[in-house]
Amino acid sequence: MAEALLSNKNKKILKDGVWDTNPITYQVLGICSALAVTTQLKTALVMSFGLTFVTAMSNVVISLIRNYIPSQIRIIVQLTVVSALVITIDQLLRAYMFDVSKQLSVFVGLIITNCIVMGRLEAFAMGNPPWKSFLDGLGNGLGYSAVLVIIGIIREIFGSGTLLGYHVIPASFYANGYVNNGMMVLAPGAFFLLGVIVWVQRAISGYSES
Amino acid sequence: MKFLEEQIKKMGKLFEKGKPLEKFYPLYEALDTFLLTPGTTIPKAPFVRDAVDLKRVMSFVVIALIPCLCMGIYNVGYQMEAAQGAAHSFWGAVASGAAKVIPIILVSYLAGGLWEVLFAVVRKHEINEGFLVTGILYALILPPTIPLWQAAVGISFGVVFGKEIFGGTGMNVFNPALVARAFVFFAYPAQISGSTVWVALDGYTRATPLAVAAATPKGQSVVQALQEAGYNFGNMFAGFIPGSIGETSALACLMGLIFLLVTRVASWRAVAGCVLGFLTMSSIFYFLRGPQKLAFFALPPHWHLVMGGFAFGSVFMATDPVSSSATDAGRWIYGFLIGVLTVLIRVANPAYPEGVMLSILFMNAFAPLIDHFVVENHIKRRLRLLYRKA
Repeated sequence: MAEALLSNKNKKILKDGVWDTNPITYQVLGICSALAVTTQLKTALVMSFGLTFVTAMSNVVISLIRNYIPSQIRIIVQLTVVSALVITIDQLLRAYMFDVSKQLSVFVGLIITNCIVMGRLEAFAMGNPPWKSFLDGLGNGLGYSAVLVIIGIIREIFGSGTLLGYHVIPASFYANGYVNNGMMVLAPGAFFLLGVIVWVQRAISGYSES
Repeated sequence: MKFLEEQIKKMGKLFEKGKPLEKFYPLYEALDTFLLTPGTTIPKAPFVRDAVDLKRVMSFVVIALIPCLCMGIYNVGYQMEAAQGAAHSFWGAVASGAAKVIPIILVSYLAGGLWEVLFAVVRKHEINEGFLVTGILYALILPPTIPLWQAAVGISFGVVFGKEIFGGTGMNVFNPALVARAFVFFAYPAQISGSTVWVALDGYTRATPLAVAAATPKGQSVVQALQEAGYNFGNMFAGFIPGSIGETSALACLMGLIFLLVTRVASWRAVAGCVLGFLTMSSIFYFLRGPQKLAFFALPPHWHLVMGGFAFGSVFMATDPVSSSATDAGRWIYGFLIGVLTVLIRVANPAYPEGVMLSILFMNAFAPLIDHFVVENHIKRRLRLLYRKA
Protein backbone atom coordinates (compact mmCIF):
# COMPACT_ATOMS: atom_id res chain seq x y z
CA MET A 1 0.00 0.00 0.00
CA ALA A 2 1.44 3.32 -1.03
CA GLU A 3 1.75 5.86 1.74
CA ALA A 4 0.59 9.45 1.19
CA LEU A 5 3.49 11.81 0.55
CA LEU A 6 2.70 13.85 3.62
CA SER A 7 1.15 11.28 5.92
CA ASN A 8 1.22 12.00 9.65
CA LYS A 9 4.24 9.76 10.02
CA ASN A 10 6.16 11.70 7.42
CA LYS A 11 5.13 15.02 8.90
CA LYS A 12 6.50 13.82 12.19
CA ILE A 13 9.88 13.02 10.56
CA LEU A 14 10.02 16.59 9.31
CA LYS A 15 8.89 18.10 12.59
CA ASP A 16 11.32 16.02 14.68
CA GLY A 17 14.30 17.56 12.90
CA VAL A 18 13.03 21.08 13.36
CA TRP A 19 11.86 20.87 16.95
CA ASP A 20 11.95 17.69 19.04
CA THR A 21 15.40 16.47 18.03
CA ASN A 22 16.76 19.75 16.71
CA PRO A 23 20.37 19.12 15.64
CA ILE A 24 21.73 22.09 17.60
CA THR A 25 19.58 22.39 20.69
CA TYR A 26 18.91 18.67 21.26
CA GLN A 27 21.76 16.79 19.60
CA VAL A 28 24.25 19.65 20.20
CA LEU A 29 25.94 19.16 16.81
CA GLY A 30 27.24 21.73 14.35
CA ILE A 31 28.10 24.22 17.12
CA CYS A 32 31.38 25.26 15.51
CA SER A 33 29.82 26.62 12.33
CA ALA A 34 26.91 28.10 14.29
CA LEU A 35 29.43 30.29 16.16
CA ALA A 36 31.60 31.12 13.17
CA VAL A 37 29.17 32.27 10.49
CA THR A 38 26.53 34.12 12.51
CA THR A 39 28.04 37.58 13.02
CA GLN A 40 25.86 38.66 10.08
CA LEU A 41 22.48 37.42 8.97
CA LYS A 42 23.56 37.14 5.33
CA THR A 43 26.32 34.61 5.93
CA ALA A 44 24.06 32.72 8.33
CA LEU A 45 21.37 32.46 5.64
CA VAL A 46 23.76 31.25 2.96
CA MET A 47 25.33 28.73 5.31
CA SER A 48 21.86 27.50 6.34
CA PHE A 49 20.85 27.05 2.73
CA GLY A 50 24.07 25.20 1.93
CA LEU A 51 23.78 22.82 4.84
CA THR A 52 20.06 22.14 4.31
CA PHE A 53 20.68 21.35 0.63
CA VAL A 54 23.61 19.04 1.38
CA THR A 55 21.84 17.20 4.20
CA ALA A 56 18.64 16.65 2.22
CA MET A 57 20.27 15.65 -1.08
CA SER A 58 22.98 13.42 0.40
CA ASN A 59 20.27 11.68 2.42
CA VAL A 60 18.35 10.98 -0.82
CA VAL A 61 21.40 9.72 -2.72
CA ILE A 62 22.67 7.48 0.06
CA SER A 63 19.16 6.16 0.67
CA LEU A 64 18.83 5.23 -3.02
CA ILE A 65 22.04 3.21 -3.02
CA ARG A 66 21.90 2.04 0.60
CA ASN A 67 21.36 -1.60 -0.32
CA TYR A 68 24.44 -1.69 -2.55
CA ILE A 69 26.93 -0.12 -0.12
CA PRO A 70 29.22 -2.69 1.55
CA SER A 71 29.10 -1.82 5.23
CA GLN A 72 32.90 -1.94 5.62
CA ILE A 73 33.43 1.02 3.29
CA ARG A 74 30.18 2.90 3.87
CA ILE A 75 31.84 5.95 5.45
CA ILE A 76 34.01 6.45 2.36
CA VAL A 77 30.99 6.18 0.06
CA GLN A 78 29.06 8.64 2.20
CA LEU A 79 31.95 11.10 2.24
CA THR A 80 32.28 10.90 -1.54
CA VAL A 81 28.64 11.79 -2.02
CA VAL A 82 28.77 14.60 0.57
CA SER A 83 31.99 16.02 -0.88
CA ALA A 84 30.55 16.11 -4.38
CA LEU A 85 27.53 18.09 -3.14
CA VAL A 86 29.61 20.47 -1.02
CA ILE A 87 32.00 21.19 -3.90
CA THR A 88 29.00 21.99 -6.11
CA ILE A 89 27.69 24.48 -3.53
CA ASP A 90 31.12 25.98 -3.02
CA GLN A 91 31.65 26.50 -6.76
CA LEU A 92 28.19 28.04 -7.14
CA LEU A 93 28.91 30.48 -4.32
CA ARG A 94 32.25 31.45 -5.83
CA ALA A 95 30.63 32.04 -9.18
CA TYR A 96 27.61 34.05 -8.08
CA MET A 97 28.22 35.35 -4.52
CA PHE A 98 31.97 35.82 -4.36
CA ASP A 99 32.01 38.22 -1.39
CA VAL A 100 29.84 35.96 0.76
CA SER A 101 31.96 33.00 -0.27
CA LYS A 102 35.06 34.83 0.95
CA GLN A 103 33.43 35.64 4.28
CA LEU A 104 32.37 32.04 4.80
CA SER A 105 35.92 30.95 3.90
CA VAL A 106 36.55 27.37 5.03
CA PHE A 107 33.17 26.85 6.62
CA VAL A 108 31.43 25.81 3.41
CA GLY A 109 34.14 23.23 2.77
CA LEU A 110 33.82 22.06 6.34
CA ILE A 111 30.19 21.03 5.76
CA ILE A 112 31.80 17.79 4.54
CA THR A 113 32.85 16.98 8.09
CA ASN A 114 29.75 18.51 9.70
CA CYS A 115 28.42 16.07 12.27
CA ILE A 116 24.82 16.77 11.30
CA VAL A 117 25.30 15.52 7.73
CA MET A 118 27.21 12.39 8.71
CA GLY A 119 24.91 11.77 11.63
CA ARG A 120 21.75 11.81 9.49
CA LEU A 121 23.33 9.54 6.88
CA GLU A 122 24.37 6.97 9.45
CA ALA A 123 21.31 7.21 11.65
CA PHE A 124 18.57 7.60 9.05
CA ALA A 125 19.40 7.33 5.34
CA MET A 126 21.14 3.95 5.68
CA GLY A 127 17.90 2.36 6.83
CA ASN A 128 15.04 4.31 5.26
CA PRO A 129 13.55 4.88 1.77
CA PRO A 130 14.46 8.01 -0.25
CA TRP A 131 11.38 10.18 0.39
CA LYS A 132 11.50 9.71 4.16
CA SER A 133 15.26 10.32 4.09
CA PHE A 134 14.70 13.51 2.14
CA LEU A 135 12.19 14.76 4.71
CA ASP A 136 14.55 13.86 7.54
CA GLY A 137 17.44 15.71 5.90
CA LEU A 138 15.23 18.69 5.16
CA GLY A 139 13.87 18.78 8.72
CA ASN A 140 17.31 18.67 10.30
CA GLY A 141 18.62 21.25 7.87
CA LEU A 142 15.71 23.56 8.68
CA GLY A 143 16.20 23.02 12.41
CA TYR A 144 19.84 24.03 12.06
CA SER A 145 18.82 26.99 9.88
CA ALA A 146 16.25 28.23 12.38
CA VAL A 147 18.84 28.45 15.15
CA LEU A 148 21.43 30.05 12.87
CA VAL A 149 18.98 32.67 11.63
CA ILE A 150 17.86 33.60 15.15
CA ILE A 151 21.46 33.96 16.33
CA GLY A 152 22.40 35.81 13.14
CA ILE A 153 19.58 38.34 13.55
CA ILE A 154 20.36 39.07 17.20
CA ARG A 155 24.12 39.27 16.69
CA GLU A 156 23.87 41.56 13.68
CA ILE A 157 21.33 43.93 15.26
CA PHE A 158 23.10 44.29 18.60
CA GLY A 159 26.67 43.84 17.39
CA SER A 160 26.65 46.06 14.31
CA GLY A 161 23.29 47.86 14.44
CA THR A 162 22.34 46.54 11.00
CA LEU A 163 20.23 43.77 9.47
CA LEU A 164 21.28 42.33 6.12
CA GLY A 165 23.48 45.39 5.81
CA TYR A 166 20.67 47.94 6.38
CA HIS A 167 20.82 50.19 9.43
CA VAL A 168 17.98 49.26 11.74
CA ILE A 169 18.96 51.11 14.91
CA PRO A 170 18.08 54.77 14.37
CA ALA A 171 20.88 57.33 14.38
CA SER A 172 19.15 59.21 17.21
CA PHE A 173 19.96 56.27 19.50
CA TYR A 174 23.66 56.66 18.83
CA ALA A 175 23.44 60.40 19.30
CA ASN A 176 22.01 59.75 22.78
CA GLY A 177 24.82 57.47 23.86
CA TYR A 178 23.81 54.07 22.58
CA VAL A 179 26.80 51.88 21.74
CA ASN A 180 26.98 48.63 19.79
CA ASN A 181 27.65 45.60 21.93
CA GLY A 182 31.18 44.40 21.21
CA MET A 183 30.52 41.04 22.87
CA MET A 184 28.06 40.12 20.13
CA VAL A 185 30.68 40.11 17.37
CA LEU A 186 32.97 37.88 19.46
CA ALA A 187 32.48 34.13 19.64
CA PRO A 188 31.44 34.19 23.35
CA GLY A 189 28.40 36.29 22.39
CA ALA A 190 27.20 33.48 20.13
CA PHE A 191 27.85 30.96 22.90
CA PHE A 192 25.66 32.87 25.34
CA LEU A 193 22.88 33.24 22.77
CA LEU A 194 23.09 29.56 21.90
CA GLY A 195 22.82 28.75 25.60
CA VAL A 196 19.73 30.93 25.93
CA ILE A 197 18.12 29.30 22.87
CA VAL A 198 18.77 25.80 24.24
CA TRP A 199 17.38 26.95 27.60
CA VAL A 200 14.19 28.40 26.09
CA GLN A 201 13.63 25.46 23.74
CA ARG A 202 14.07 22.89 26.50
CA ALA A 203 11.89 24.89 28.87
CA ILE A 204 9.07 24.78 26.30
CA SER A 205 9.53 21.17 25.19
CA GLY A 206 10.11 19.96 28.74
CA TYR A 207 13.14 17.90 27.69
CA SER A 208 15.71 17.22 30.39
CA GLU A 209 18.95 15.27 30.14
CA SER A 210 18.68 13.45 33.44
CA MET B 1 7.59 47.88 67.24
CA LYS B 2 4.70 45.67 68.18
CA PHE B 3 2.46 47.63 65.84
CA LEU B 4 4.89 47.29 62.95
CA GLU B 5 5.18 43.57 63.53
CA GLU B 6 1.42 43.13 63.50
CA GLN B 7 1.11 45.12 60.28
CA ILE B 8 3.73 42.97 58.57
CA LYS B 9 2.04 39.77 59.72
CA LYS B 10 -1.31 41.08 58.54
CA MET B 11 0.23 41.88 55.17
CA GLY B 12 1.67 38.37 55.07
CA LYS B 13 -1.84 36.87 55.11
CA LEU B 14 -2.29 38.22 51.59
CA PHE B 15 0.64 36.14 50.35
CA GLU B 16 -0.46 32.78 51.72
CA LYS B 17 -1.49 29.85 49.55
CA GLY B 18 -4.72 30.50 47.70
CA LYS B 19 -4.63 34.23 48.40
CA PRO B 20 -4.37 36.78 45.55
CA LEU B 21 -0.69 37.56 45.98
CA GLU B 22 0.46 33.95 46.40
CA LYS B 23 2.91 34.20 43.49
CA PHE B 24 4.82 37.01 45.15
CA TYR B 25 5.42 35.16 48.43
CA PRO B 26 9.23 35.36 48.01
CA LEU B 27 9.02 39.16 48.14
CA TYR B 28 7.13 39.04 51.43
CA GLU B 29 9.41 36.37 52.83
CA ALA B 30 12.48 38.51 52.09
CA LEU B 31 11.01 41.56 53.82
CA ASP B 32 9.76 39.53 56.77
CA THR B 33 13.00 37.71 57.54
CA PHE B 34 15.10 40.79 56.90
CA LEU B 35 13.19 42.92 59.38
CA LEU B 36 12.05 40.31 61.89
CA THR B 37 13.47 37.11 63.25
CA PRO B 38 11.58 34.24 61.64
CA GLY B 39 9.15 32.61 64.08
CA THR B 40 9.61 29.14 62.64
CA THR B 41 12.09 26.61 63.97
CA ILE B 42 12.84 23.29 62.37
CA PRO B 43 11.39 20.36 64.29
CA LYS B 44 14.30 17.92 63.97
CA ALA B 45 18.07 17.85 64.40
CA PRO B 46 20.55 19.10 63.28
CA PHE B 47 20.20 22.43 65.04
CA VAL B 48 22.91 25.01 64.48
CA ARG B 49 23.70 26.77 67.74
CA ASP B 50 24.91 30.04 66.31
CA ALA B 51 23.41 33.46 65.72
CA VAL B 52 25.10 33.65 62.32
CA ASP B 53 23.14 32.89 59.19
CA LEU B 54 23.47 33.78 55.54
CA LYS B 55 21.73 37.10 56.01
CA ARG B 56 24.10 38.21 58.77
CA VAL B 57 27.15 37.12 56.81
CA MET B 58 26.05 39.11 53.81
CA SER B 59 25.19 42.15 55.95
CA PHE B 60 28.70 41.99 57.43
CA VAL B 61 30.22 42.18 53.95
CA VAL B 62 28.07 45.20 53.16
CA ILE B 63 29.24 46.86 56.40
CA ALA B 64 32.85 46.07 55.50
CA LEU B 65 32.32 47.85 52.20
CA ILE B 66 31.31 51.13 53.87
CA PRO B 67 34.87 52.57 54.07
CA CYS B 68 35.41 51.83 50.37
CA LEU B 69 32.04 53.33 49.49
CA CYS B 70 32.62 56.55 51.47
CA MET B 71 36.14 56.89 50.15
CA GLY B 72 34.86 56.19 46.64
CA ILE B 73 32.19 58.88 46.80
CA TYR B 74 34.62 61.43 48.20
CA ASN B 75 37.36 60.57 45.72
CA VAL B 76 35.08 60.80 42.67
CA GLY B 77 34.17 64.33 43.72
CA TYR B 78 37.77 65.13 44.67
CA GLN B 79 39.02 64.07 41.24
CA MET B 80 36.38 66.24 39.55
CA GLU B 81 37.42 69.28 41.58
CA ALA B 82 41.08 68.65 40.93
CA ALA B 83 40.42 68.30 37.21
CA GLN B 84 38.48 71.58 37.11
CA GLY B 85 41.17 73.28 39.12
CA ALA B 86 38.44 74.43 41.48
CA ALA B 87 39.09 75.29 45.11
CA HIS B 88 38.82 72.20 47.28
CA SER B 89 35.88 71.90 49.63
CA PHE B 90 35.10 68.69 51.50
CA TRP B 91 31.32 68.86 51.27
CA GLY B 92 31.44 70.03 47.67
CA ALA B 93 33.47 66.95 46.77
CA VAL B 94 31.11 64.66 48.67
CA ALA B 95 28.08 66.20 46.97
CA SER B 96 29.40 65.99 43.43
CA GLY B 97 30.77 62.49 44.08
CA ALA B 98 27.46 61.29 45.48
CA ALA B 99 25.64 62.69 42.45
CA LYS B 100 27.73 60.36 40.27
CA VAL B 101 27.94 57.28 42.48
CA ILE B 102 24.46 57.00 44.01
CA PRO B 103 22.65 56.66 40.63
CA ILE B 104 25.04 53.84 39.63
CA ILE B 105 24.36 51.98 42.88
CA LEU B 106 20.60 52.49 42.55
CA VAL B 107 20.57 51.25 38.95
CA SER B 108 22.66 48.25 39.94
CA TYR B 109 20.23 47.33 42.73
CA LEU B 110 17.10 48.01 40.69
CA ALA B 111 18.08 46.21 37.49
CA GLY B 112 19.72 43.29 39.28
CA GLY B 113 16.95 43.12 41.86
CA LEU B 114 14.35 42.86 39.14
CA TRP B 115 15.96 39.68 37.78
CA GLU B 116 16.48 38.35 41.28
CA VAL B 117 12.76 38.77 42.08
CA LEU B 118 11.71 37.38 38.70
CA PHE B 119 13.69 34.19 39.24
CA ALA B 120 12.56 33.91 42.84
CA VAL B 121 8.92 34.08 41.75
CA VAL B 122 9.23 31.70 38.80
CA ARG B 123 11.53 29.20 40.50
CA LYS B 124 9.81 29.61 43.87
CA HIS B 125 12.99 30.13 45.85
CA GLU B 126 13.67 32.85 48.38
CA ILE B 127 15.12 36.22 47.53
CA ASN B 128 18.61 36.22 48.85
CA GLU B 129 20.64 38.82 50.69
CA GLY B 130 23.59 37.71 48.59
CA PHE B 131 22.34 40.16 46.04
CA LEU B 132 22.82 43.10 48.41
CA VAL B 133 26.53 42.31 48.25
CA THR B 134 26.68 41.64 44.52
CA GLY B 135 24.83 44.86 43.70
CA ILE B 136 27.17 47.11 45.61
CA LEU B 137 30.37 45.24 44.72
CA TYR B 138 29.47 45.64 41.07
CA ALA B 139 28.79 49.36 41.41
CA LEU B 140 32.10 49.90 43.19
CA ILE B 141 34.19 48.31 40.44
CA LEU B 142 32.75 50.46 37.64
CA PRO B 143 34.27 53.75 36.47
CA PRO B 144 32.26 56.79 37.69
CA THR B 145 31.43 57.78 34.09
CA ILE B 146 29.74 54.50 33.12
CA PRO B 147 26.45 55.16 31.25
CA LEU B 148 23.63 53.96 33.49
CA TRP B 149 22.03 51.76 30.83
CA GLN B 150 25.31 49.91 30.40
CA ALA B 151 25.50 49.39 34.14
CA ALA B 152 21.97 47.93 34.00
CA VAL B 153 22.78 45.60 31.09
CA GLY B 154 25.91 44.42 32.87
CA ILE B 155 24.26 43.57 36.19
CA SER B 156 21.41 41.81 34.36
CA PHE B 157 23.95 39.60 32.64
CA GLY B 158 25.84 39.06 35.89
CA VAL B 159 22.77 38.00 37.86
CA VAL B 160 21.30 35.75 35.16
CA PHE B 161 24.45 34.18 33.67
CA GLY B 162 26.71 34.54 36.69
CA LYS B 163 24.29 33.15 39.24
CA GLU B 164 20.76 32.13 38.31
CA ILE B 165 21.57 29.67 35.51
CA PHE B 166 23.69 27.72 37.98
CA GLY B 167 20.78 27.52 40.39
CA GLY B 168 20.96 30.75 42.40
CA THR B 169 22.88 31.81 45.49
CA GLY B 170 25.44 29.30 46.66
CA MET B 171 25.58 27.41 43.36
CA ASN B 172 27.44 29.96 41.26
CA VAL B 173 30.84 28.99 39.84
CA PHE B 174 31.88 32.60 39.20
CA ASN B 175 31.55 35.74 41.25
CA PRO B 176 28.40 37.42 39.79
CA ALA B 177 29.71 40.98 40.25
CA LEU B 178 32.86 40.12 38.33
CA VAL B 179 30.89 38.33 35.61
CA ALA B 180 28.82 41.50 35.24
CA ARG B 181 31.92 43.67 35.00
CA ALA B 182 33.60 41.30 32.55
CA PHE B 183 30.53 41.54 30.32
CA VAL B 184 30.65 45.34 30.30
CA PHE B 185 34.42 45.19 29.79
CA PHE B 186 34.17 43.10 26.63
CA ALA B 187 30.87 44.49 25.31
CA TYR B 188 31.55 48.21 25.78
CA PRO B 189 35.34 48.52 26.07
CA ALA B 190 35.35 52.23 25.22
CA GLN B 191 33.31 53.07 28.34
CA ILE B 192 35.32 51.05 30.86
CA SER B 193 38.95 51.26 29.76
CA GLY B 194 41.33 53.86 28.40
CA SER B 195 42.23 57.16 30.01
CA THR B 196 39.09 59.29 29.61
CA VAL B 197 36.61 57.39 31.76
CA TRP B 198 38.11 57.54 35.26
CA VAL B 199 37.39 61.17 36.07
CA ALA B 200 33.75 62.19 35.80
CA LEU B 201 34.35 65.27 33.69
CA ASP B 202 33.65 65.43 29.96
CA GLY B 203 36.72 65.47 27.75
CA TYR B 204 39.16 65.24 30.66
CA THR B 205 41.98 62.74 30.19
CA ARG B 206 44.08 61.29 32.95
CA ALA B 207 45.67 57.85 32.78
CA THR B 208 45.43 55.58 35.81
CA PRO B 209 48.72 54.70 37.55
CA LEU B 210 48.71 51.25 35.93
CA ALA B 211 48.22 52.74 32.47
CA VAL B 212 51.08 55.16 33.10
CA ALA B 213 53.31 52.29 34.20
CA ALA B 214 52.35 50.17 31.19
CA ALA B 215 53.00 53.04 28.78
CA THR B 216 56.46 53.95 30.12
CA PRO B 217 58.99 53.37 27.31
CA LYS B 218 61.87 50.93 27.69
CA GLY B 219 64.93 52.24 29.46
CA GLN B 220 63.08 54.89 31.47
CA SER B 221 62.33 54.79 35.16
CA VAL B 222 58.76 53.76 35.84
CA VAL B 223 58.76 55.29 39.32
CA GLN B 224 59.87 58.61 37.89
CA ALA B 225 57.20 58.44 35.19
CA LEU B 226 54.56 57.84 37.85
CA GLN B 227 55.78 60.73 39.97
CA GLU B 228 55.74 63.03 36.96
CA ALA B 229 52.10 62.02 36.39
CA GLY B 230 51.36 63.05 39.97
CA TYR B 231 51.28 59.65 41.62
CA ASN B 232 53.29 58.66 44.68
CA PHE B 233 53.06 55.82 47.17
CA GLY B 234 51.19 57.99 49.67
CA ASN B 235 48.30 59.14 47.48
CA MET B 236 47.95 55.72 45.85
CA PHE B 237 47.75 54.05 49.26
CA ALA B 238 45.19 56.55 50.52
CA GLY B 239 43.27 56.39 47.24
CA PHE B 240 43.36 59.95 45.87
CA ILE B 241 43.87 58.69 42.34
CA PRO B 242 41.54 58.12 39.38
CA GLY B 243 40.14 54.62 39.02
CA SER B 244 37.01 52.55 39.47
CA ILE B 245 34.75 54.03 42.16
CA GLY B 246 35.60 51.87 45.16
CA GLU B 247 38.93 50.33 44.28
CA THR B 248 41.32 53.28 44.52
CA SER B 249 41.98 53.27 48.24
CA ALA B 250 44.13 50.43 49.59
CA LEU B 251 43.61 51.96 53.04
CA ALA B 252 39.81 51.62 52.89
CA CYS B 253 40.16 48.03 51.64
CA LEU B 254 42.48 47.32 54.57
CA MET B 255 39.83 48.62 56.99
CA GLY B 256 37.24 46.39 55.33
CA LEU B 257 39.63 43.45 55.55
CA ILE B 258 40.19 43.91 59.28
CA PHE B 259 36.44 43.95 59.86
CA LEU B 260 35.93 40.84 57.74
CA LEU B 261 38.73 38.98 59.54
CA VAL B 262 37.53 39.96 63.02
CA THR B 263 34.01 38.78 62.21
CA ARG B 264 35.49 35.70 60.50
CA VAL B 265 33.46 36.24 57.35
CA ALA B 266 36.47 36.21 55.04
CA SER B 267 39.14 33.52 55.02
CA TRP B 268 42.54 34.96 55.98
CA ARG B 269 44.20 32.16 54.04
CA ALA B 270 42.76 33.28 50.71
CA VAL B 271 43.84 36.89 51.28
CA ALA B 272 47.28 35.87 52.55
CA GLY B 273 47.68 33.58 49.54
CA CYS B 274 46.76 36.43 47.20
CA VAL B 275 49.27 38.81 48.75
CA LEU B 276 52.01 36.19 48.87
CA GLY B 277 51.55 35.20 45.23
CA PHE B 278 51.31 38.84 44.23
CA LEU B 279 54.53 39.80 46.01
CA THR B 280 56.36 36.71 44.74
CA MET B 281 55.53 37.39 41.12
CA SER B 282 56.15 41.15 41.27
CA SER B 283 59.50 40.48 43.02
CA ILE B 284 60.48 38.09 40.24
CA PHE B 285 59.75 40.78 37.66
CA TYR B 286 61.57 43.38 39.79
CA PHE B 287 64.59 41.05 39.99
CA LEU B 288 64.60 40.61 36.19
CA ARG B 289 64.44 44.35 35.47
CA GLY B 290 66.95 45.93 33.12
CA PRO B 291 67.32 48.45 30.30
CA GLN B 292 66.31 45.87 27.69
CA LYS B 293 63.16 44.81 29.55
CA LEU B 294 59.78 46.53 29.76
CA ALA B 295 59.89 49.51 32.11
CA PHE B 296 56.95 47.96 34.03
CA PHE B 297 59.36 45.27 35.36
CA ALA B 298 61.11 47.84 37.52
CA LEU B 299 58.00 48.76 39.53
CA PRO B 300 58.75 47.95 43.19
CA PRO B 301 56.44 45.22 44.62
CA HIS B 302 55.04 47.46 47.36
CA TRP B 303 53.97 49.99 44.70
CA HIS B 304 52.28 47.22 42.77
CA LEU B 305 50.28 46.39 45.88
CA VAL B 306 48.54 49.77 46.14
CA MET B 307 47.88 50.30 42.43
CA GLY B 308 44.74 49.31 40.54
CA GLY B 309 42.10 46.99 41.94
CA PHE B 310 44.26 44.36 43.58
CA ALA B 311 43.51 45.41 47.16
CA PHE B 312 39.77 45.53 46.51
CA GLY B 313 39.71 42.30 44.52
CA SER B 314 41.72 40.24 46.97
CA VAL B 315 39.76 41.45 50.01
CA PHE B 316 36.19 41.36 48.68
CA MET B 317 36.19 39.10 45.62
CA ALA B 318 38.82 36.43 46.19
CA THR B 319 37.29 35.73 49.61
CA ASP B 320 33.78 35.13 48.24
CA PRO B 321 32.84 31.95 50.16
CA VAL B 322 30.89 30.48 47.24
CA SER B 323 33.21 30.83 44.28
CA SER B 324 36.55 30.36 46.06
CA SER B 325 38.11 27.08 47.17
CA ALA B 326 36.56 25.56 50.26
CA THR B 327 39.52 23.70 51.79
CA ASP B 328 42.22 25.45 53.85
CA ALA B 329 45.11 24.27 51.69
CA GLY B 330 43.01 24.95 48.60
CA ARG B 331 42.52 28.57 49.65
CA TRP B 332 46.28 29.10 49.89
CA ILE B 333 46.81 27.71 46.39
CA TYR B 334 43.79 29.55 45.00
CA GLY B 335 44.88 32.89 46.47
CA PHE B 336 48.52 32.40 45.50
CA LEU B 337 47.64 31.76 41.87
CA ILE B 338 45.32 34.81 41.78
CA GLY B 339 48.22 36.96 42.93
CA VAL B 340 50.65 35.45 40.43
CA LEU B 341 48.23 35.76 37.50
CA THR B 342 47.30 39.35 38.36
CA VAL B 343 50.90 40.53 38.11
CA LEU B 344 51.53 38.38 35.05
CA ILE B 345 48.59 39.94 33.17
CA ARG B 346 49.48 43.45 34.33
CA VAL B 347 53.13 43.36 33.39
CA ALA B 348 53.43 40.90 30.55
CA ASN B 349 50.26 41.67 28.59
CA PRO B 350 50.20 45.22 27.21
CA ALA B 351 46.54 44.88 26.17
CA TYR B 352 45.33 44.70 29.78
CA PRO B 353 46.97 47.11 32.23
CA GLU B 354 44.90 45.52 35.03
CA GLY B 355 44.52 41.81 35.60
CA VAL B 356 42.62 41.33 38.87
CA MET B 357 39.19 40.75 37.34
CA LEU B 358 40.40 38.21 34.80
CA SER B 359 42.65 36.35 37.21
CA ILE B 360 39.94 35.97 39.86
CA LEU B 361 37.40 34.77 37.27
CA PHE B 362 39.99 32.35 35.89
CA MET B 363 40.77 30.93 39.31
CA ASN B 364 37.03 30.73 40.13
CA ALA B 365 36.85 28.17 37.35
CA PHE B 366 39.70 26.18 38.89
CA ALA B 367 38.60 26.40 42.53
CA PRO B 368 36.63 23.10 42.49
CA LEU B 369 39.55 21.31 40.83
CA ILE B 370 41.97 22.58 43.48
CA ASP B 371 39.60 21.36 46.19
CA HIS B 372 39.35 17.99 44.48
CA PHE B 373 43.10 17.44 44.54
CA VAL B 374 43.45 18.70 48.09
CA VAL B 375 40.83 16.22 49.28
CA GLU B 376 42.30 13.35 47.22
CA ASN B 377 45.72 14.08 48.63
CA HIS B 378 44.36 14.13 52.16
CA ILE B 379 42.67 10.76 51.68
CA LYS B 380 45.86 9.27 50.25
CA ARG B 381 47.90 10.51 53.19
CA ARG B 382 45.43 9.11 55.72
CA LEU B 383 45.38 5.77 53.94
CA ARG B 384 49.16 5.59 54.01
CA LEU B 385 49.15 6.28 57.74
CA LEU B 386 46.52 3.59 58.25
CA TYR B 387 48.51 0.92 56.40
CA ARG B 388 51.73 1.80 58.19
CA LYS B 389 50.07 1.15 61.54
CA ALA B 390 48.43 -2.07 60.44
